[in-house]
Amino acid sequence: MSEKTVMAPRFQSLRSRVVPLLIDDVDTDQIIPADYLKVIGREGLADGLFAEWRRDPECVLHREVFRGARVLLAGENFGCGSSREHAPWALLDYGFRAVLSPSFADIFRINALRNGLLTVAIERPLQRQLVELVEQDPESEIAIDLETSTLTLPDGVKIRFDIDPFARRCLLEGIDQLGYLLRQDSQIAEYESHHPPWTDTRQPEVEAS
Amino acid sequence: MMPEPDPMLDDAAAAPSTLFDKIWRRHLVTEPAEAGIPSTLYVDLHLLHEVTSPQAFAELERRGLEVRCPGRAVATMDHSTPTLPGVGRSGLRVIDPRGADQLDRLETNCTRHGIPLFALGDERQGIVHVIGPELGLTQPGMTIVCGDSHTSTHGAFGALAFGIGSSEVTHVLATQCLLQQRPRTLEVHVEGSLQKGATAKDLILSIIGQTGIDGGAGHVIEYTGQAIRDLDMEGRMTVCNMSIEAGARAGLIAPDETTFAYLDGRSYAPQAWEEAIDSWRALHTDPGAVFDRRIVLDASAIEPMITWGTNPGMSMPVSGTVPLASSFDPKSLPTVEKAWDYMAVQPGEALLGRAVDVVFVGSCTNSRLSDLEAAARLLQGRQVAAGVEMLVVPGSQAVRRQAEERGLHEVFLAAGAQWREAGCSMCLAMNGDRLAPGQLAVSTTNRNFEGRQGAGGRTILASPLTAAASAVAGHVADPREML
Ligand code: SF4
Repeated sequence: MSEKTVMAPRFQSLRSRVVPLLIDDVDTDQIIPADYLKVIGREGLADGLFAEWRRDPECVLHREVFRGARVLLAGENFGCGSSREHAPWALLDYGFRAVLSPSFADIFRINALRNGLLTVAIERPLQRQLVELVEQDPESEIAIDLETSTLTLPDGVKIRFDIDPFARRCLLEGIDQLGYLLRQDSQIAEYESHHPPWTDTRQPEVEAS
Repeated sequence: MMPEPDPMLDDAAAAPSTLFDKIWRRHLVTEPAEAGIPSTLYVDLHLLHEVTSPQAFAELERRGLEVRCPGRAVATMDHSTPTLPGVGRSGLRVIDPRGADQLDRLETNCTRHGIPLFALGDERQGIVHVIGPELGLTQPGMTIVCGDSHTSTHGAFGALAFGIGSSEVTHVLATQCLLQQRPRTLEVHVEGSLQKGATAKDLILSIIGQTGIDGGAGHVIEYTGQAIRDLDMEGRMTVCNMSIEAGARAGLIAPDETTFAYLDGRSYAPQAWEEAIDSWRALHTDPGAVFDRRIVLDASAIEPMITWGTNPGMSMPVSGTVPLASSFDPKSLPTVEKAWDYMAVQPGEALLGRAVDVVFVGSCTNSRLSDLEAAARLLQGRQVAAGVEMLVVPGSQAVRRQAEERGLHEVFLAAGAQWREAGCSMCLAMNGDRLAPGQLAVSTTNRNFEGRQGAGGRTILASPLTAAASAVAGHVADPREML
């Protein structure tokens, strides 16, 4: 199969209501509990998204006004813990396309961006401002534009955000990261010629002494 | 085959480097052409398990790609495997067909791509982060990845080891490389000696208590200082294992004679042993090398630690009290209140004496022989209290055999604990071993997240000594009183 047929995730811009979930240190076990990891595919994980928290009828995700919202406003250090890529898969499957937070856990951020779920790092004051905005009017919409790396508030104020420049380029241009790596084949082969392994996992083993 | 000497490791004239720098530079396939472009980093060893690999293999097949280096990969079954004695693969099928599907899929994928697999029933099977080191696959100076955040464990050998997502598992299968932004470095320097009753687990819980669970974000931690040097390899693995709970990309400890003695004679240890050791001796941070950040701790001040909340940073000495609201930044209070609530603890309250339902000794943090020996030492001649269920789950079949050779299983069984087959078990409750809602466990695992050990279950993280002491007492107990 040629690389051209590979659909790399893309992100340009969106406009959406914002679902506030302001607990800090939300771990990926909360985003998708282990019971939902017994799958061999990556589709249909929306059921597992915040599965335990959603048992509570008061859970913010049940509010009618947020149905179909594509932006999650999260607390600090979102996505800590397990490396399960099922976490961004579940968020995407549920309908989210972007998460705003003062900070993300490293592995979650990498996994999310690889799948086209935008992780937007925002300052705490902006986080507070957005909370107030949603409290006053849950129907408020914000816009996110990746090309200009800006977030636009309902009053038209634009705020720039930082994002990994390589991830940004890949999402804007639809660059397939595995394809990008595969094109380095000759450099990898050159590297391997100088760095043979100590150990071949498939070789017969020496007896343990 | 033997690697050529690496000029970057041997060049005494080069600027002083950290251990991280040396391993990083040695594995760069391409340097970034411009700022913001990631480096291409070569991966020496790729570990696989059943939960995070099926989607990665499926993507490989979808693209018609082959595994570039099957000889640099190893797979095991650990997360959804049964641990009840005598329950084999067929038993699991009945209990949970979805878990069995994952195991079957791993077997098919490994056979198809020529990747060695230590399946259920294989004497080398066990938790991925236990078997890598015990087979000698994990070696100093390597880059090691796995679709599992506790890959940081392998850093105990001076290997740069970190967890990746399933998309990256595909990248490594297809190219043996990863696109990586260079992390920063953090030195955690631990002076002094651990006191009686305080272990590597208490040390790392104290470190995380100090850094916070995101204090290591974006960083690779190198642990240095006398207290680290004094740890055996299993203690070093416990420390590096929980680096991810400080938010770090990886944890590292420079290899030394303790490391070499551990690896000597292991199945996959290099055959050109003397040359290997010679090259490994260069793997240390040079005098004068600078870390981006540094923190210093005194090991002698560390007491046995327990957690009171729902993340590994919410910890305190076992004899302490749950911190008051006034000790937190007001902005984190909603999160703290949620944790008090979930754990049913009150600020200012002591947890010593709180009744315990389950005691779990196991997981890639504390399921090695020395962990089981510590638990057995406490249980010897004592009984697990009535009403407490205690599970002892060895990290691997090899650990299980070694423990049985030493008669540890008899100590556990005589005390009324359960002696299980190897696997992750109740660490993440995917295999049927789980807490019931509302139950409280003292657990030697690494994550006390809400529901981690079963929906509604509550977890107190602790060392094997504290866990065993609590099993005997029937409530949270200080092991120093029983040693
Ligand atoms: S023992 Fe627990 S933390 Fe370790 S690999 Fe298994 S599930 Fe993950």
